Amino acid sequence: MKLTTKLMASSALVIAPLAAGADGHMADEMTIVSWGGAYSASQQAAYHDPYAENTGVTIINDESSAEAVAKLRAMNEAGNVTWDVVDVVASDAIRLCDEGLALEIDADTQLADGDDGSKASDDFGDLLVSDCFIPQIVYSTTVGYRTDLVGDTAPTEICALFDTDTYPGMRSLEKRPINNLEWALICDGVANEDVYDVLETEEGQAQAFAKLDTIKDSVVWWSAGADTPQLLADGEVIMGSTYNGRLFSLIEEQDQPVAMLWDAQVFDLDGWIIPTGLTPEREARALDYVKFATDTQRLADQAKYISYGPARASSAPLVGQHATLGIDMAPHMPTDPANATNTFLYNYEWWADYRDDLDAKFQAWLSQ
Amino acid sequence: MAEQVLAADGRPLKASLNRALRRQKMRALMLIAPLLLFILVSFVMPIADMLFRSVENQIVGETLPRTVVELADWDAAGEAEPDAAVFEALARDLAIAVEEKSHTRLGSRLNYELTGVSSLFRKTGRSVDEIGETVQDALEDAAPIWKERSVFGGLLGTDDWTNAVDAWDETGTGPAFEARPEMQAVLPDTTSLYRSFTEIAMEAGDNPLTEKQLPIFFHVLAQEVTTAPTDGLSDAQAALFADVQTTVAGLTLDDPKALFVDIDEDWGSTDVWRTIQTYSPAYTDGYFLNSVDRLKGAEGAELRPENERIYITLFIRTMIMSFTITVSCILLGYPIAWLLANLPARKANLLMILVLLPFWTSLLVRTSAWKVLLQQQGVINDVLVWIGFVADDSRLQLINNQTGTIIAMTHILLPFMILPLYSVMQTIPPSYLRAAKSLGATNWTAFWRVYFPQSIPGIGAGSILVFILSIGYYITPEIVGGTKGVFISNRIAYHISSSLNWGLAAALGAILLAIVLIFYWAYDRIVGIDNVKLG
Repeated sequence: MKLTTKLMASSALVIAPLAAGADGHMADEMTIVSWGGAYSASQQAAYHDPYAENTGVTIINDESSAEAVAKLRAMNEAGNVTWDVVDVVASDAIRLCDEGLALEIDADTQLADGDDGSKASDDFGDLLVSDCFIPQIVYSTTVGYRTDLVGDTAPTEICALFDTDTYPGMRSLEKRPINNLEWALICDGVANEDVYDVLETEEGQAQAFAKLDTIKDSVVWWSAGADTPQLLADGEVIMGSTYNGRLFSLIEEQDQPVAMLWDAQVFDLDGWIIPTGLTPEREARALDYVKFATDTQRLADQAKYISYGPARASSAPLVGQHATLGIDMAPHMPTDPANATNTFLYNYEWWADYRDDLDAKFQAWLSQ
Repeated sequence: MAEQVLAADGRPLKASLNRALRRQKMRALMLIAPLLLFILVSFVMPIADMLFRSVENQIVGETLPRTVVELADWDAAGEAEPDAAVFEALARDLAIAVEEKSHTRLGSRLNYELTGVSSLFRKTGRSVDEIGETVQDALEDAAPIWKERSVFGGLLGTDDWTNAVDAWDETGTGPAFEARPEMQAVLPDTTSLYRSFTEIAMEAGDNPLTEKQLPIFFHVLAQEVTTAPTDGLSDAQAALFADVQTTVAGLTLDDPKALFVDIDEDWGSTDVWRTIQTYSPAYTDGYFLNSVDRLKGAEGAELRPENERIYITLFIRTMIMSFTITVSCILLGYPIAWLLANLPARKANLLMILVLLPFWTSLLVRTSAWKVLLQQQGVINDVLVWIGFVADDSRLQLINNQTGTIIAMTHILLPFMILPLYSVMQTIPPSYLRAAKSLGATNWTAFWRVYFPQSIPGIGAGSILVFILSIGYYITPEIVGGTKGVFISNRIAYHISSSLNWGLAAALGAILLAIVLIFYWAYDRIVGIDNVKLG
């Protein structure tokens, strides 16, 4: 019988102490955990390579960010944390901070000031959503569509997702309630600012599910970020939600007949955390790394490789051209004023409470 | 009387033989010891540990020890919220929990049972240090000694202990708190609270005598000092008590109940308290109830609302689909195994490579390949459209549903059916079939009456392998199963890595394990595990 699922967490408990004997952390090695793919490549070029050159530290990449919270929990229980710096989305950073698994950071003393002289706390501003979170990029979940399959009138609004009369065909949406329920309510006439108040009530939830019901038969549900770009490229769906960086790569780098719909893009943040329980030397090095990797120039550099917006206000003017394509990156940023006319910042705290409840309902709804 | 048979060394033969056997057994045990140890450490213990999580619930009692005791007598069925004593206990527990950062973990735990508790605990944790500030300010104004961070340590702890803490280098476990007996007697609550505080501080490698004092200490001290008898105390201690009594005499103490209800009105409702009370015991069947779409209500287990029921559906679906996959594997695998066993060696070897090649290919690659083949703009649909079997605008939906899962998993698990079948069929002498035919049987009768019964052990072995493997599969259904083609293991994986509800994942896993064992037992009873031949 396949026990991988059940073993995943608990074997970490057992194997971690065994591995502890052969502690792989030499004085000049650090393990950085991220998401892999083009995103990790952009970090390698913008942060890891220059940092390694400056300090002589060898950086080991681990692509486990998707399971970061579960693994950090297991490492913490086993008393042996093998990661030095971890790239997580903001909601995971909040959970890790809540559980005491991530180090609290004082932005002004432990992070670099902006190039324009601003304090780090002002430079990052509202994006410091948790005491443990060191913001890196702003990305968004948005919708891409096949320009050759949507007919004469290209969609301009998010509600095209629900308009199967004008745009018949399959759509792809993420297999989780977050974003989908919000979009459903927005397209059912709820104002952006009222979405979470409505969603808190049983009637509001029913309203959102009823709206999703109208397109349920024409949805392919995705769980990996690469799914929608692939489905769009194959012509399996005519539109679908995914991360804006993936769409950028599909449109600009792979030249597919796809266009992007920025309307009601849902902003989200991604950044670093440093696990608790590191030795003082490792902790100091991790802090040194994040201070370097989140300074104004480094954040602006990352935007050369991938179309995610730098989290510092002071980095925005420094965003230049794509490293290989030579096109201006600014118009492809989710934060660009032309793209950010109607944005939606999802409510981390609200979802922390309602995640379990709505997930159960969402899954039950899916399987009905 | 029969004479005992003696061995060469003069011992009774029986004892000597036993000893030799025992030595042999020991030697055998030593040979397998590395493997046994490895399996115990890396397989049995993690599983046991994980399964234990399905009933474990100490977190409530450990985080809120005082509240749980006070709440035990509260009538959960009534309309009234608990009395002030419960809020008082909660204020003390929470102040300590916030220091330890464990209140958010408890919040997440209880949030599985009642939506909103997570943020309730976070929110309350931020304000809980307001309780006691009134007394703290008054005492600090009255005498500067109360501003010192070591004041409670010096008052409540023995001199030996404070000296030991001063000498402690803040690594490893610090010296365990020792209370002054006379203080323990007159200020039991303050002492117990301070004891918890020292444990948390020293666990984090901090010196409790230099850490910021919690306002709650002053609050509890003020309550106890007014009623405390002063006999048994030294003159200095008695004088200190008198000072405190004078200072707090005119004060209105902070009211935890008012504060909590002010922070969030949910504290004034019975729902939160009922949840805490229901989940106070150290062990719970709540996760198992959740696994079968039930919840702990006021009067025992009750069914969840219809729009939250999912797990029973998934269990049944997993069973039915695993059964379908097993049957498809038998139907597809049997002829191939027969060919393998009966073709000339050279051709059979070539065929064998064709069976093994996919078996050695990565699971993800095979699953992704099925995606390319099965999708609506994929190879199979293209071919069907080209030969005119289906119209271009009504292509078949072969993926992201149960069909997709069954096709892909049948392909992936087919070798597990073919190989045992093949090894059993190889041992069936072809002369039996010839004998049957020479006695007048038709081809069909010879196959059905002579050949097939002898191949049943292979079908048995293949079926049990395929069925048990497919019950626990989750990667393939996740990729090609869409919404209706996913298995219970996909939910287990979700709860392990995304929702972090490990208790529920463990309960679902335990049920799955039990189902497999039941099938295995039933199989043993019906077919007999001795009849299973793997080679």
